[in-house]
Amino acid sequence: MSHASDVRLTEEERAMLAGEAGPAVRKAMEIVVALARIYGARHLVPVESVQVAGVSYKNLGDAGLQFLREWADEGARARVPAFLNPAGMDLQRWKELGIPEDFARAQAAVIEAYTRMGIAPSLTCTPYYIGLRPAFGSHVAWSESSAVSFANSVLGARTNREGGPSALAAAIAGRTGAYGLHLDENRRATCLIEVRAPVRSIADIGALGALAGELVRDGVPYFRGLDLSWTRRPEEALKALGAAMAASGAVALYHVEGLTPEAGLPEILPADVRVLTIHDLTAGYQKLNGPLEEIDLVSLGCPHASLEELGEVARFLAGRHVRTRLWITTARQVREQAERAGIVAQIEAAGGQVVADTCVIVAPVELLGVRSLATNSAKAALYARSHSGLETRFGTTEQCLEAALTGRWRGP
Amino acid sequence: MMNPELVLHGRVIKAGTAEGTALVSPAPISFLGGVDPDSGTIIEPGHPLEGMCVAGRILVFPTGKGSTVGSYTIYRMAKNGTAPAGIICAQSETIVAVGAIIAGIPMVDLIPIEQIATGDWVRIEDDTVYVRKSSEGPGKG
Repeated sequence: MSHASDVRLTEEERAMLAGEAGPAVRKAMEIVVALARIYGARHLVPVESVQVAGVSYKNLGDAGLQFLREWADEGARARVPAFLNPAGMDLQRWKELGIPEDFARAQAAVIEAYTRMGIAPSLTCTPYYIGLRPAFGSHVAWSESSAVSFANSVLGARTNREGGPSALAAAIAGRTGAYGLHLDENRRATCLIEVRAPVRSIADIGALGALAGELVRDGVPYFRGLDLSWTRRPEEALKALGAAMAASGAVALYHVEGLTPEAGLPEILPADVRVLTIHDLTAGYQKLNGPLEEIDLVSLGCPHASLEELGEVARFLAGRHVRTRLWITTARQVREQAERAGIVAQIEAAGGQVVADTCVIVAPVELLGVRSLATNSAKAALYARSHSGLETRFGTTEQCLEAALTGRWRGP
Repeated sequence: MMNPELVLHGRVIKAGTAEGTALVSPAPISFLGGVDPDSGTIIEPGHPLEGMCVAGRILVFPTGKGSTVGSYTIYRMAKNGTAPAGIICAQSETIVAVGAIIAGIPMVDLIPIEQIATGDWVRIEDDTVYVRKSSEGPGKG
């Protein structure tokens, strides 16, 4: 019986599947080929990089840790550049954050297992801020949903929304099935969103994304009328848009007229697609805000903050002092740049923390006594409620920082 | 297997041979949070199989749902001896497929699962499913 007659494999791939490269590679190929078969791929494609989610011990638990250790023991090694999504804590400053010792030990064991498999402990959802920007048209296998959206939409690379284990299998096999967003025909828009509401901040674009994700679910929206001239860094706005849509829906690719690299391609916007018009963002803000006044934790940096975003926070806080906990989460490499630029010292002088390697979603914030959160991230607002049971407030960066200074939320 | 009454052909997700009594769910199953990995019992409130134990059974259900971490739950169940002996789905998705592969549980999909009832004796051989109907009459599943 041939297991893979439907998915065409090269000679090398067949040998890998037969176990000639060892049991660890065989298992990875079994996963890659099974998924290729389930989703109708005719063949596999080599991937240039892999971003592996499923790092926080909070999500993996002992079952995940045990599996990772055993796969590493079997000899599993990444054959393409591969790097990790955020973990459940800052690896250097976990004590300062109040992370329990047991959690820290298990988290370190998870990272050790991944490191043994040759996967870089970059611990970020924004690999594109640390030099990992896949080229237009290249095939990758990324898994964190906002990173997937950014790679597809802003960079024009090609990835499906991988799960943690399927991304890991792609790293070990060096391949993934040629299905879904790896194929031209699935990258076309499935609906047109006419933006008639004014969008002037990262919070506005998060509210827009929260609405759009709910409407589009796992489709491919094409935005028209989205003006980003209010910001000098449109990539940050696109990062927030993609993160919000991936959290409120399952959007893995979107196009913005005049901005994203595939938006101008012929046939990207079929003539017969459904047209949705968004006139007002109020419903988006309502969806992300609870009736909450006292704030325990203000968290910025979801997805991880850029150096420029950290600089903005430092300037806002100059000469002031926060009353709540304030986290700005970022990649370790970006934190190091901010440290050299004096930005970390400025934020710490105001009582804030620049937290690396983790974020408010994957850290065990419920173990830290945090019950209420203010954030400028639609994604964090949505997930903090569902993953950690926190009450949330969502608004502009300035509103969040004001809340950090006063301990209270002001505004609608 | 002696005198199967029904032979069904599907698509291999994890090759192998397994047999046991069928436990059939008309509803999708979430392994992360929906099944207790220490006992193999379905614990999702309101699930049609709530309180039933999947250990050693041929678990038959339409498809998986929930978090991708559910794959690791299936793996853990296999380590604990609480996993199903085999898995049959109408249409598989990533979570259960990856779980079956890493746990080494034979799995086949694209099977008309309405033809199998709880209590039937079922044998999986790669892409083929042999069914002997329960002598107690029509299934209770």
